[in-house]
Amino acid sequence: MNIVACIKRVPMTETQAKVAADGQSLDTSGVEYMTSFYDEIAVEEAVKAKEKLGGEVTVLTLGTTDATKQIRECLAKGADKGVILTDDGWALRDCRSTAKSLADKVKELGAEVVFAGRQATDRDNASVGPMLATYLGWACVTDVIELELEEGKGVAKRESEAGVETYEFSLPAVITCQKDLNEPRYAGLKGIMAAKKKPLEEVAIAGEASQAEVVSVELPPARKEGRIVGEGPDGVDALMTALQTEAKVL
Amino acid sequence: MTTVVAYVDQDSGTPRPAGLEALGAAHATGADTVAVVAGPGAADAASQLGASGAKSVVVLTGADDYSPDRLAKDLAAVVQAQSAQAFVTSSTSLGRDVAPRVAAHLDSTLFSDCTSFSLEGGSFTMVRPWMAGKLIATLRSSAPVCCVTLRRNNFSPVETDGDAAVSESPASADFLALLKEIGSADGGKLDVSDAPIVVSGGRGLKDAESFKLIEDLADAFGNAAVGASRAVVDAGWRPHAEQVGQTGKTVSPQLYIAVGISGAIQHLAGMKTSKVIVAINKDADAPIFKVADYGIVGDAFEIVPKLTEAIKAAVAAS
Repeated sequence: MNIVACIKRVPMTETQAKVAADGQSLDTSGVEYMTSFYDEIAVEEAVKAKEKLGGEVTVLTLGTTDATKQIRECLAKGADKGVILTDDGWALRDCRSTAKSLADKVKELGAEVVFAGRQATDRDNASVGPMLATYLGWACVTDVIELELEEGKGVAKRESEAGVETYEFSLPAVITCQKDLNEPRYAGLKGIMAAKKKPLEEVAIAGEASQAEVVSVELPPARKEGRIVGEGPDGVDALMTALQTEAKVL
Repeated sequence: MTTVVAYVDQDSGTPRPAGLEALGAAHATGADTVAVVAGPGAADAASQLGASGAKSVVVLTGADDYSPDRLAKDLAAVVQAQSAQAFVTSSTSLGRDVAPRVAAHLDSTLFSDCTSFSLEGGSFTMVRPWMAGKLIATLRSSAPVCCVTLRRNNFSPVETDGDAAVSESPASADFLALLKEIGSADGGKLDVSDAPIVVSGGRGLKDAESFKLIEDLADAFGNAAVGASRAVVDAGWRPHAEQVGQTGKTVSPQLYIAVGISGAIQHLAGMKTSKVIVAINKDADAPIFKVADYGIVGDAFEIVPKLTEAIKAAVAAS
């Protein structure tokens, strides 16, 4: 099976965010990067699918050469080749523009299934996966926590407020991955060495203009200073008084 | 005149609160609001929406089962038939599943999980969190159709008088993925992102069994959900569905009680917009106290049972 895993290079989840001087973006000075948390699960599921059904896993990202490190990490965990669609203006793209460029490349690669994280942990759009599927005219199941793939079709379980939903779908399909789907493996030394020799292609592309104009980016309003109402079980009475008469939430 | 189409999720003829929030938000822009309902009981739900902000209602007929791709295609068709300038729905798991596809059918981008949605001088402006709320972005749409999902508990349903004209639109026949079954295992449980009160536990509870303390406190409120820190979910003590934080759920309840949670940045990002935050932790220097309105320093095993009794008494007295 020809498999694609889409990843995004994002600021580490530990990042303490600051607003850049332009007032419209994250101040990236001192920021360290990682593969978005859910995309690691997508890569693991892609490699598991290959191990079960055969084929090849291509790790695909949109960004700059900077994503080489993250792609190599995915290759070390069992993916076969990497593609970086490079665009200096990528950070200004909206999810539509990103989804359309990914769709073009997925078509060219002839993939039958695409895995992506349920959302990237920087913009939290949770949109590129299902938009990509729609532009391709493919099935898509989002927030998947269990998956069975076979020839031409699959069954996926998805988490919702109502409980666990079971979907039947036809291939080709886009699957967006939720945390419970798998436990991503660690790259062994052998994998890390092998990854250095695996093919990594960079293709410069241009995308459609964003339809989301950034007016401003701000830090969230600071919470007003709280207080310690007491120590040990003796603090409970003071807490109850505060909740009932001051905060009025009870 | 500007027209906004709102997809209102409903269950067996009763509009869901999240659906009414979306309809209320659409109505509040001042635009003409067209509500869309689908699924079993849709016609019953439709008849109630004139009282909640809808000027007219479209019922998608002939599709009692749920296919996200089919529903998206049908919703996009309604948006086009109504020549609407915007499409909104709530950021529930269904909304998140369908809205990006509606947007793609309309060749428009999506503004997800917005905390503000307004119309001024013919253009739509949204506010939405980035990085799980570490940054707040204000965005203006230049999309052909402004497609938006709205964060729960941020918009109010409205009461209007007037009968909305109800029309029917047949659902399409083709689909690529179909919902076959919903497991009811966690069915009746209040979801952590919907609950007005969240009681969360962290590693300070020492083991999975001790989460009984958290469950008992949540039960005492009667309308509280149990949440968990990433550390205890990673340790396998609690399911991921309960995880609050950047790689879990973002919550903004009326009251958030953090027990034995130190307050890593990624946890704080997921709960900092709660109206009132209470922290119980034995380490007086824990970062959680920096965002808490009220804190108790001490042993959770001594404090929580006493708090549970006090809450029970308060609930019984009210």
